[in-house]
Amino acid sequence: MVDLGGKEVSTYIHNFLAYKELLKELVRRDVKTKYRRSFLGMLWSVLNPLGMMIIMSIVFSHVFRANIENFPVYLMCGQVIFNFFNEASTVAMSSILGNAALIKKVYVPKYLFPMSKVCSCFVNLLTSFIALLIVIVATGTSLSWTVILLVFPVFYVFLFSLGMGLLLSALVVTFRDLQHLYSVLTTAWMYLTPIFYPVEMLPGWVRTIVTHNPLTCIVQMLREVIMYGQVPDARLQLMCIVPCIIVMALGLWTFYKQQDKFILKV
Amino acid sequence: MSNSIVEVNDVSMMFRLYRENVDSLKEFLIKKLKGQISYDEFWALKNISFQVGKGEAVGLVGKNGSGKSTLLKTIAGVLKPTKGSVTVRGTVAPMIELGAGFDMDLTAKENVFLNGALLGYPKEMLEENMERIIDFSELKMFMDVPIKNFSSGMIARLGFAVATIYTPDILIVDEILSVGDWQFQAKCHHRIQEMLEQGTTLLFVSHSMDQVKEVCSRAILLSHGEMLMDDAVERVCERYGEAE
Repeated sequence: MVDLGGKEVSTYIHNFLAYKELLKELVRRDVKTKYRRSFLGMLWSVLNPLGMMIIMSIVFSHVFRANIENFPVYLMCGQVIFNFFNEASTVAMSSILGNAALIKKVYVPKYLFPMSKVCSCFVNLLTSFIALLIVIVATGTSLSWTVILLVFPVFYVFLFSLGMGLLLSALVVTFRDLQHLYSVLTTAWMYLTPIFYPVEMLPGWVRTIVTHNPLTCIVQMLREVIMYGQVPDARLQLMCIVPCIIVMALGLWTFYKQQDKFILKV
Repeated sequence: MSNSIVEVNDVSMMFRLYRENVDSLKEFLIKKLKGQISYDEFWALKNISFQVGKGEAVGLVGKNGSGKSTLLKTIAGVLKPTKGSVTVRGTVAPMIELGAGFDMDLTAKENVFLNGALLGYPKEMLEENMERIIDFSELKMFMDVPIKNFSSGMIARLGFAVATIYTPDILIVDEILSVGDWQFQAKCHHRIQEMLEQGTTLLFVSHSMDQVKEVCSRAILLSHGEMLMDDAVERVCERYGEAE
């Protein structure tokens, strides 16, 4: 049950399977406590994005006149992806610090904490897809078979967020002010992701940044499969996969290098 | 020794004591540029080696800050030793703090599952043994109450009940029997004896010499991170008593 310095991959996998139950239990706890004692309970994860969508649709379709066809669905696709990434990476970041008392007392594979946070946000993502579905039905958007391909962007954003979560949770133990820095960064990141504007609207250099933003690619892919009935081409797939793998590798490596120091610093 | 269940080989544990605590990126960069990052080394454990055979009950004694808890934590796998290695053959139930990992917003029953999963117990086993946990902790009426409304004694009872629901190969007990009333203490004692009879190996930390003498047959005396003595419990307690 206690693995001290075993370095083989098989021991890691074995160890993960042994603690699978704990991962489930941690996710269950997060989902349960989030809406405990609120009147509408889980319904909030549907109502929340729906409410935001209505407000933003009114503001942007009347004030900015962005001229996007089927704006509510366009907006929702962007929002669902970005909000998940934002929420997951932010809560995952503080997961090690938040469980400091536990890490000092019991041996638990430490990556379980950021991982469980990303997973519980993922449950939220799935419920916010219900909101997306409501908007799709309400706006009379016709879906083609390509909608099943939405597993790809969803999988990519999960990987990307998990990688970010691992990276940040390891770094924030040493550098506490990263928490504040990151909230500024995510605001900038939100504006550099085409959630409520079309990429074509942007001038040259900003456009270069935005099109190379991994979240842009993921959002684009989701829109292609839901709104335009297209099968994402190889280039777009690659533009999503490569940053996901890089971030995931960086996250795992940093976390692995740092994890034995956590207990001394938290 | 091949039949030992815990092997501690030349373990040393070093902590860095920073003169100034640098925990922000800004400070780190400034101090790094000025070359001001400095720390003192503090060796909490120095070259500790011992082995514990299956079924032994070993007490760890020493003053505050002598490294008892650090040693237990390296055995529990919480801390990784700076030098040396720890080999543990079997399942460990660490009771370094009762109820570590309880979520205050969850009910007692939900916490049993959460805490059980933390200790690596399968869910089915917890469900089967729920009655026993309730009986032992005497919290029948309170199982569906969020534990933030519990008293510290109630939390300790629940924590002990979950941690000892099955008989682990190695039980690590750190100073936890000092909580709760005498009745609960006696009950914990009884349960520990029961586990010892079933062949559990016990590592026990307490400041009460009477408790150590009662439970353990062998004791290890630590002082300032060094192992002074590893002998029968009476002799170690005698020496510890003299030191004071």
